[in-house]
Amino acid sequence: MDWLQPFLGKWIEGGKLNPEFYLSLVTMHGTIMVFFVLTAGLSGTFSNFLIPLQVGARDMASGFMNMLSYWFFFLSSIIMFASLFLETGPAAAGWTIYPPLSALPQAISGSGMGMTMWLVSMVFFIVSQLLGGVNYVTTVINLRTRGLSMSKLPLTIWAFFLTAILGILSFPVLLSAALLLVFDRSFGTSFFLSDIYIAGQALHNQGGSPVLFQHLFWFLGHPEVYIVIMPAMGMVSEILSTNSRKPIFGYRAMIGSLIGISLLSFVVWAHHMFVTGMNPFLGSVFMFLTLIIAVPSGVKVFNWLATLWRGNIRFTAAMLFSIGFVSLFISGGLTGIILGNATLDIQMHNTYFVVAHFHLVMGSSAFFGLFAGVYHWFPKMFGRMMDEKLGYIHFWLTFIGVYLVFMPMHYVGIAGFPRRYYSWTGFDAFSQFADLNKFISAAAILAFFAQFIFIFNFFYSIFRGRRATQNPWNSTTLEWTTPIVPGHGNWPGEIPAVYRWPYDYSKPGAETDFIPQNVPYSQTASSNMPYEREMED
Amino acid sequence: MTALTILLVLALLLVVFGLLFRLQILTSIFSGAYVREIGMSNRVNAVLMLVFMVVGGIAFFWSFSENFSKMNPPIASIHGHAMERMFWTTMTVIGIAFVLTQVLLFVYSYKYQHKENRRAYFFAHNNTIEVIWTIIPAIVMASLIFAGWKAWTRITGPAPKDSVVVELMGKQYNWLVRYPGRDMKLGVVNYRLIDASNDFGFDLSDKAALDDFTATEIHVPKGHPVLIKIRSRDVLHAVYMPHFRVQMYAVPGMPTRFWFTPTMTTDEMRAHLGNPNFKYELACNQVCGKSHYAMKATLVVDEPDDYQAWYAKQSPNSANADMMASYKQTSQQAGLGKGGSKGAQEAAISETGETQAAPLSAQSAM
Repeated sequence: MDWLQPFLGKWIEGGKLNPEFYLSLVTMHGTIMVFFVLTAGLSGTFSNFLIPLQVGARDMASGFMNMLSYWFFFLSSIIMFASLFLETGPAAAGWTIYPPLSALPQAISGSGMGMTMWLVSMVFFIVSQLLGGVNYVTTVINLRTRGLSMSKLPLTIWAFFLTAILGILSFPVLLSAALLLVFDRSFGTSFFLSDIYIAGQALHNQGGSPVLFQHLFWFLGHPEVYIVIMPAMGMVSEILSTNSRKPIFGYRAMIGSLIGISLLSFVVWAHHMFVTGMNPFLGSVFMFLTLIIAVPSGVKVFNWLATLWRGNIRFTAAMLFSIGFVSLFISGGLTGIILGNATLDIQMHNTYFVVAHFHLVMGSSAFFGLFAGVYHWFPKMFGRMMDEKLGYIHFWLTFIGVYLVFMPMHYVGIAGFPRRYYSWTGFDAFSQFADLNKFISAAAILAFFAQFIFIFNFFYSIFRGRRATQNPWNSTTLEWTTPIVPGHGNWPGEIPAVYRWPYDYSKPGAETDFIPQNVPYSQTASSNMPYEREMED
Repeated sequence: MTALTILLVLALLLVVFGLLFRLQILTSIFSGAYVREIGMSNRVNAVLMLVFMVVGGIAFFWSFSENFSKMNPPIASIHGHAMERMFWTTMTVIGIAFVLTQVLLFVYSYKYQHKENRRAYFFAHNNTIEVIWTIIPAIVMASLIFAGWKAWTRITGPAPKDSVVVELMGKQYNWLVRYPGRDMKLGVVNYRLIDASNDFGFDLSDKAALDDFTATEIHVPKGHPVLIKIRSRDVLHAVYMPHFRVQMYAVPGMPTRFWFTPTMTTDEMRAHLGNPNFKYELACNQVCGKSHYAMKATLVVDEPDDYQAWYAKQSPNSANADMMASYKQTSQQAGLGKGGSKGAQEAAISETGETQAAPLSAQSAM
């Protein structure tokens, strides 16, 4: 690994990665992926893009806040990225930045300037999320077109709407935790610090509690995983329905389960803390609430399966990624039932089992939702189609790669391998299974290179892809009634009114196998259900 | 040179790939497949779904059965067996759900692939089905919660009165171990008293601290409940002993605890594994800094007789002249008068909720 030395310098002296830099990489990987890629990429990008188009609005409610949100995000990304080049290294206390490690530069060098920049960057990021979230909620509530009641909204919009509410309610708590941590670090307060002797010195801090920080952090941290996964759920519901040419099964149950998940996501945070020394009674309560989340999640999976049942499935790249999403969500979600059980978590906590679990259920599957969304709405973004064949190759390599990486990781976790270990050679119990770890690395490299296919496809298709038609997927929602690439104001003339729900696919008696939302019942007499007639305007 | 070759090969591969891609597009334009909406590729993908399910399923079950018993650490504590039973109950439930949903997903994908002459079945909702697949998982979850709750309360409940007490203190990057000595009572410690010869910060004005002793290895007797009291003196650490199914954070300023009953001595485990060098290992499982990965302690499970013999051989704090001398100095610096950290003592009692462990019948005979 000598060839990396010109790039990494002192962090890889003699071709061997520095343990502190390893922790920095782990921290930055977690932070960037969870916040800057999955949160910003799914809810940030797609909410801004799809909400006005699917609710029939000219633009977001506040264009100014929209812009502000973007520039705060931009600033925060720059600061986070810049922290990679600090002499003392970027933040290194894990993406969960538990104090005292993150509070004391004596404890790890990344907790100096690196941590400061992390916190500043996150403050800007949270501001950006809040501005964005308020804007999404306002747009959905106020700017729906004529006839588009909440019970006719596409599930994507429902998912973005609830995600925004989750963000608005939980991000401020992280902001408070970050500010209190700044106080502890810089102004000598003791919110999270107590009885510490470090680097030959007894600190004055007394009475603080590191566990308090964990409560504050996970009060955001847990809703955060739903902030990541719910937009993906919404988009996947839409894509599965469109490409099975069938209405989504149980539209109301899908909304209900989204609401259920949103509510429950606020009361399960301490399942990350079963063994942190908090009162065991709290552990019982949080185990109860955590395992209950399996019920609405199960409802969603069963509804997706029922949507495929007796459909007429078209395997577009977006559809493949949506099916992959469901598969990964099942595989990763089910192990949550093991980890959510406080008793079993004693053994599994902070091992690779956890890493495997959340990478499947919120990492990979959210990514699959993101890919599905890009492939599906690419024609709307650039007026051209992405190459389907490359999409297929990209899907299969990624799908196989992801399973090859994360399935074996469960076994490693069962063996008790702790996460965030730079090396396991010091432990006999761990080092004997190193070969499985090599296999995982090889699979990860395969999955990594498969992503270049996507990147190539993306940029190639922007310029040279096949030209899109107005409604390439024969979809029912409003965004496909705009010009191929919507201009300023989205619709050149009047905004279309909405008459029906968004899932009239393969309706018996209809001439085509889809009826767009803006087609009035008066034009589809042959397919109307008895209760479906025009509303009085 | 090798780097250059690799780059060159990669560049060539990219060029070849790009040419193939263009070629494929050109041929598909001539054959008409370029504009055809649903072609051969739909069937290929549907078949691949089925292939993935079969091959992936076999690979998964093979690798699971191959790896699980090898990787699951042999259980060496009583509650570990209860956890194992709970694990398999949960695995049965999620195994059924896993196979059912994954098989349906891939089989439906294959079976309901696009056909020209078929129209999808318009089936928008059915409340009975929704209720069924809400209620059944709810009942299953409720029973898992109940079982988990019972086991959890038992495991985290108060330790038996006659438990052997060991205290671990985490520091960057090793574990300090202390025993209560002959009086079965852990003395007061105060982090302000820590220095080179007094790692633990013993307050020697407390009589109970005088006979406490520290050890480099943790010794515990087999078949007897062991209460581990856990502290940290700098950042968060976690005591993790996979064989005993024990894990608890070490939190500065907040003592924590975990009790368990070891069921296999180190020698028995060596015989069981056929590994004469086996040692029970204790790993730090909460990231604590640069050498987190090397923060380790070893634990020896002795037969009760051997344990007592070992315990009797240890020399108490009061025999450590260095510590006694340095205590005088540091206690003055820390501003603790003659009475020592009495306040700290009361605080220690109130936060651990225990004054002393009742003597182990075997130990009281010492």
